Amino acid sequence: MGETFLKLLEGLPLTLKLTFSSVTLGLVVAMALATMRMSGMPALDWFARAYVFVFRGTPLLVQIFLIYYGLGQFRPALQALNLWGFFREPYWCALLALTLNTAAYVSEIIRGGLQSVPRGQIEAARACGMSPFLLYRRIIIPIAVRQALPGYGNEIILMVKATSLASIITMMEVTGIAHKLISQTFRAIEIFICAGAIYLILNFVVTRAIQALEHRLSPHLRDAPVPVQRLDPAISSGVDR
Amino acid sequence: MTLLSTPAVSVRDLRKSFGSLEVLRGISLDAAEGQVISILGSSGSGKSTMLRCINMLETPDAGEIAIGGEVIALRKGRNGRTEPANRSQVDRIRSRVAMVFQSFNLWSHLTVLENVIEAPIHVQKRPRAECIAEAEALLAKVGIVDKRNHYPAHLSGGQQQRAAIARALAMKPQLMLFDEPTSALDPELVGEVLRVMRSLAEEGRTMLVVTHEMGFARDVSSRVVFLHKGMVEEDGPPGEVFSAPTSPRFRQFISEHR
Ligand SMILES: Nc1ncnc2c1ncn2[C@@H]1O[C@H](COP(=O)(O)OP(=O)(O)OP(=O)(O)O)[C@@H](O)[C@H]1O
Ligand SMILES: [Mg+2]
Repeated sequence: MGETFLKLLEGLPLTLKLTFSSVTLGLVVAMALATMRMSGMPALDWFARAYVFVFRGTPLLVQIFLIYYGLGQFRPALQALNLWGFFREPYWCALLALTLNTAAYVSEIIRGGLQSVPRGQIEAARACGMSPFLLYRRIIIPIAVRQALPGYGNEIILMVKATSLASIITMMEVTGIAHKLISQTFRAIEIFICAGAIYLILNFVVTRAIQALEHRLSPHLRDAPVPVQRLDPAISSGVDR
Repeated sequence: MTLLSTPAVSVRDLRKSFGSLEVLRGISLDAAEGQVISILGSSGSGKSTMLRCINMLETPDAGEIAIGGEVIALRKGRNGRTEPANRSQVDRIRSRVAMVFQSFNLWSHLTVLENVIEAPIHVQKRPRAECIAEAEALLAKVGIVDKRNHYPAHLSGGQQQRAAIARALAMKPQLMLFDEPTSALDPELVGEVLRVMRSLAEEGRTMLVVTHEMGFARDVSSRVVFLHKGMVEEDGPPGEVFSAPTSPRFRQFISEHR
């Protein structure tokens, strides 16, 4: 069992790399999508809506297949565009699919966070002369981030698990290695339990990290500070020195 | 004598509709430096809309607003509606006109002290240390300096409104707008906020106060303006308008609000 575990851990760096890269890039794409949604320009808004509709409405597995196998059919065209080197690699295809998929969900999380900022607080900021940029930087974004954090944490956890689908296109991350071991040893239960345990530990760490961040960013949602007892200066200086 | 000096705020023939609903139908109003004007009127008469036009939270359809003699420039936008001609002028004027809201609207992610120093530091770009010192003095003045490190959610309504008043004062405003500052408060908390507002009036601050507090209108304000269906129905010193109202509607309003 220990040996199996160690073997599976060899896939951990790839799992982490796929998660970290897709979550980071996905956030950037998501911000662009959320901006389009709220731009008030019909063409951009429509594009972002359609994007979210398609990527949320179809299975990630289908998206991975379409990008890896589907685009393979257009090899001459991709070669002409100098993109074949990218789409030939299963790693880049998996990363692209994961990124585009998470971006759709995260853009909705961002939009929900921004819309949750109470109107009155925005008006108070405008009423004291904040420019739109300052209003976003000092009021809207800080409040929206706190609102969106739990949902965003959820999305990261889903992404950790979603990287296992990359094994379908030959990626040797944790699940990919598990498949390989099973075909060699036929000890399916033991191996899948070990693989499951690795994802569990990973997501435990993610959950804790998000919780810590939430705690740090949300003192206003906790109990009021306990009034500090003022010590008699004479006594406290006596204690200190 | 007030005719010779520039009024702190001057409103000329202000008009505003929401869709087909005409909310303001030609309002004119001058407030001299140091005047406290109470604005009365039944629900829906346009009091909030008028106040919000003065700092451009709503854009008037027509009319002219001048703050300390500076006329807010408006123009017709592409869609045919009026819009501010110059955004930075609006921001500049807003930083001189403070507003206190019925629902306080403190920024929930900032402590009381951070709420008070936010705009002075980031909008007026004044030195942080100076802003903190002033903020603590203002919080002491409104009686909540011991709550400076609390978040709004940890304060009573009355304390939140006093914090909001300190936040408004921190901008060193030329004009203060109050939109029903005590209407969201439990009855026992109204007094503490009114006391702070009374002390501001005694300092000679120019204030436009939308209120249902007849006592405040009668005792503190230098003038009372009664709005009805988007028009000024009564305008005069409280001593005159309360004892001898010229408008029958205002007479009825008084009798309903004893
Ligand atoms: N943003 C808006 N869109 C559409 N209608 C509005 C808007 N703001 C106000 N109104 C309408 O304009 C009218 C006047 O509103 P306003 O808030 O100025 O009244 P008010 O005198 O402040 O009343 P209250 O005492 O209830 O606060 C109301 O009928 C209101 O429904
Ligand atoms: Mg109102």
